[in-house]
Amino acid sequence: MTDVLVVDDLDVTFALHDSEVKAVSDLDFSLAQGETLAVVGESGSGKSQAFLSIMGLLARNGKASGRAMMGDVNLIGLPPNELDRYRGKDIAMIFQDPMTSLNPTLKVKTQLAEVLVRHQGYDNEKANRAVVEMLERVGIPEPVKRANAYPHELSGGMRQRVMIAMALLCRPKILIADEPTTALDVTVQAQMLDLFKTLTHDFGTAMVLITHDLGVVAGIADRMMVMYGGRCVEKGPTDTLFYDPRHPYTLGLLHSTPHVAKRARRLDPIQGLPPSLEHLPRGCAFHPRCAFRFERCFEERPPLLPVEAVREKACWYQGELKYGEVA
Amino acid sequence: MFGYALRRVLTAIPIVLITITVCFFILRLAPGGPFDGERALPPDVMKNLRAHYNLDQPLLTQYLIYLGGVLRGDFGPSMVMEDFSVSRLISIGLPFTLMLGFSAFVVGTIGGMLAGAVAAVNQNKWPDYLLVAIVLVGIIIPNFLMANLVQLFFGVYLHWLPVGGYHPGSLIHLVLPIFILALPHGGRVARLVRGSMIEVLGTNYVRTARSKGLGTRLILARHALKPALLPVVSYLGPGLSYLLTGSLVVEQVFALPGIGKYFITAALNRDYGLVLGTTILYVFIILALNLIVDVLYAWLDPKVRYR
Amino acid sequence: MAGITGKDAALTAYADALAAQAPKGRSLTQDALRRLFNNKAALLSIFVLTAIVLFAYIGPYLLPWAYDKIDWAGIRKPPDWAKGHYFGTDQNGRDMLARTLQGTQMSLLVAAVATGVSVVIGIIYGAIAGYFGGRIDAVMMRFVDIMYALPYILFVIILVVIFGRSPVLLFVGIGCLEWLTMARIVRGQTLSIKQREFIEAAKAGGARPFTIIFRHIVPNLTGPVVIYATLTIPEIIITESFLSYLGLGVQEPQTSLGTLISFGAPVAEALPWMLYTPAAILVTMLLCFSYLGDGLRDALDPKDR
Ligand SMILES: Nc1ncnc2c1ncn2[C@@H]1O[C@H](COP(=O)(O)OP(=O)(O)OP(=O)(O)O)[C@@H](O)[C@H]1O
Ligand code: SF4
Ligand SMILES: [Mg+2]
Repeated sequence: MTDVLVVDDLDVTFALHDSEVKAVSDLDFSLAQGETLAVVGESGSGKSQAFLSIMGLLARNGKASGRAMMGDVNLIGLPPNELDRYRGKDIAMIFQDPMTSLNPTLKVKTQLAEVLVRHQGYDNEKANRAVVEMLERVGIPEPVKRANAYPHELSGGMRQRVMIAMALLCRPKILIADEPTTALDVTVQAQMLDLFKTLTHDFGTAMVLITHDLGVVAGIADRMMVMYGGRCVEKGPTDTLFYDPRHPYTLGLLHSTPHVAKRARRLDPIQGLPPSLEHLPRGCAFHPRCAFRFERCFEERPPLLPVEAVREKACWYQGELKYGEVA
Repeated sequence: MFGYALRRVLTAIPIVLITITVCFFILRLAPGGPFDGERALPPDVMKNLRAHYNLDQPLLTQYLIYLGGVLRGDFGPSMVMEDFSVSRLISIGLPFTLMLGFSAFVVGTIGGMLAGAVAAVNQNKWPDYLLVAIVLVGIIIPNFLMANLVQLFFGVYLHWLPVGGYHPGSLIHLVLPIFILALPHGGRVARLVRGSMIEVLGTNYVRTARSKGLGTRLILARHALKPALLPVVSYLGPGLSYLLTGSLVVEQVFALPGIGKYFITAALNRDYGLVLGTTILYVFIILALNLIVDVLYAWLDPKVRYR
Repeated sequence: MAGITGKDAALTAYADALAAQAPKGRSLTQDALRRLFNNKAALLSIFVLTAIVLFAYIGPYLLPWAYDKIDWAGIRKPPDWAKGHYFGTDQNGRDMLARTLQGTQMSLLVAAVATGVSVVIGIIYGAIAGYFGGRIDAVMMRFVDIMYALPYILFVIILVVIFGRSPVLLFVGIGCLEWLTMARIVRGQTLSIKQREFIEAAKAGGARPFTIIFRHIVPNLTGPVVIYATLTIPEIIITESFLSYLGLGVQEPQTSLGTLISFGAPVAEALPWMLYTPAAILVTMLLCFSYLGDGLRDALDPKDR
């Protein structure tokens, strides 16, 4: 299958008053057509910033370097007016916070239709019709009425669906969904995931699903990338990572997820707190919290290396990971 | 929307009434009056004068007579400028004052918005610093001083513009007055637009708009402008009051034939009738304009309409 | 007349924060003051303002000429260091520097009086509204909202008509109009303090409302009063100079910065020192107050802008 996005050596840095923080370091991954890649990690691990940088949406003090090749275009460092040819059309993003990500002063239909007018050259009437269709498709009842509403008149779940509809309007090749289901309750969450599955299937869209909920990942993602402290620590097919995690952090994540941990009979959060990016520990950034650490982990940072043909991890420990050994 | 506007009109009416009542009684009950000048008037002249102005009636009757007059647009006689009724003086001065205030309002508001938006988009670059400096000067220096300074500089030293006076149709006489009125107003507007624009440009919904590939111009015009203008619109109400205050000074400094001059003269001479009439008129105008501003706000912010 | 410091906007937000952050109300103010003292421009402004105030009150004793002393040999003279007229003389041969210091004193005095009056009224009004809450609060605050909408200067001028010949009464009157913002702040603070245990205890112990207000609420208002006064004094200074400029405020033989400017302006071409001396002091003070106000605003609302 062809790769629709190849990311190579991606770094994201933010300038602070008199220092800088690196929110994402040395990120490499690729995304094949129609594939779903889950990106997981605790809060602050750099998941959102990595993908915002690819979309050219970093905050003013942020700067990205590296490559994110979509076909033969490198999205990183592209000036905004050139990026605008692809954003919203070939690559679209659903944002983390549906409450604030819609413009409160514009009607829903205005915010959706403009995408079609911009990228497909539709006139307003045609665009509005397509908008109502898409709203219906993402499961919004009374789509005509909702299209004429302002965001504050919709519930959180509705707004999330509106965001999803907005991202899908141009049937993008790549869809980045940043925690698209956190605002929703469990039943709606399941509906949305089904919706994503059908949509990616129908449109052939490749999807990146950013989440810290491994329960969500299991049902939908083909591959999975685990991030810690701005780096990828383990990456591979979802099944293999679930049943045979090789990085202590992945193991810890699995055991702190209710849905997954049932099999292990114990629900254990990972000890300690996620590191602050300004003061990342030396060596392996995970070592202060790792039950498997040894001398080498304190001094040298483990590189991301292939484990088997299809998976990679960044960990010095080569033995077997037994959950009982986790502190 | 219409219902909202109607509600606002209905709440404004009692405010006008209360203002009239309070001002009327305060002025009537205060010691001293327009006829307590340096030289005492003979008692029978005084008596005639008092009868002429209804001052010998019970206070409540006077109030009702006055209120009835106001409803018919008659603000009673001016007590110092004997040959003029207050309504007549108002009709002489008001058009000019409104014209001056409106011009300054438009110039200041539009100029301030543009300047603020430019500064926000160029945050921490030279246009931004320049604007901050100009705004600081415009806001810090009180308008009576600023008026005198520009009058000295452009009128007296450079002879570029007239130092004052006005005759109908003479635009050149309006340049400095409008500038003086518009500068602090525009400065505050610019400051507000700059702040709110920077805030809005950093919001999640503008990020969403950028993610859609809309292009800078469309994002500014459609997504950022409206919410960025909200704080400006809520400032316009108080801004009108400052403009009014400013016009009192500007008309004085540049010897302009507006209503502000009568108002000041009336205050100096304790001309109750004229002070009261002008106050009522000002309050009425300010409330009416505030109403328009509020309706505008409701149009900009859909959330307000449902409150 | 408000607006050089954006007082209403800044303080309304502050009042809301006080009302919302119930038990932390006091630390909010303390944090703000601490942040203020880390702001160099604000600190420098405090320093310059202190210097001006001290000079206005001590300076006259150091100058060779009193403010009302006529130097018959030096009428309408430019600055002359040999004779001790450092900033020249006016048409009556009075020393400009001495008069400017006198005018500064008057402007400061008037601002202090009006601010003080507005603080007292604001405290009483706000504490009553906040303490009793409910309908009383709603009606009282609605009145404040209405007053905000009306042009303040009109009422000031009506006061002029009433109190015209007594500047002190006039500025007491202005204080009676300025209290709106203070009332909002005090109401917010009262709402937040009211919920603390010691108030409940005092109530359970049978203390009367006014005892509680004066014993427990008023002592907690130092911070808010300082903040309010910093933003109000310059506004009154402007109001004063504005009125005096129009001939409605402080009148001869007393003098104030506004009065001096109004005398200096018409003769500024021939006797520029008569305009620029008081103008420089006024603008310097306002500039300092503005930096101080900006510092306070940032300190009250730490999200950087
Ligand atoms: N504008 C900025 N300036 C400085 N640091 C920033 C900025 N934006 C983000 N960061 C830092 O980048 C880090 C990564 O943030 P990111 O949003 O990618 O986390 P995340 O993995 O998406 O977490 P969450 O699950 O909470 O969304 C955070 O620690 C944050 O502090
Ligand atoms: S490198 Fe060492 S500290 Fe890091 S995860 Fe592996 S075992 Fe733990
Ligand atoms: Mg995130």
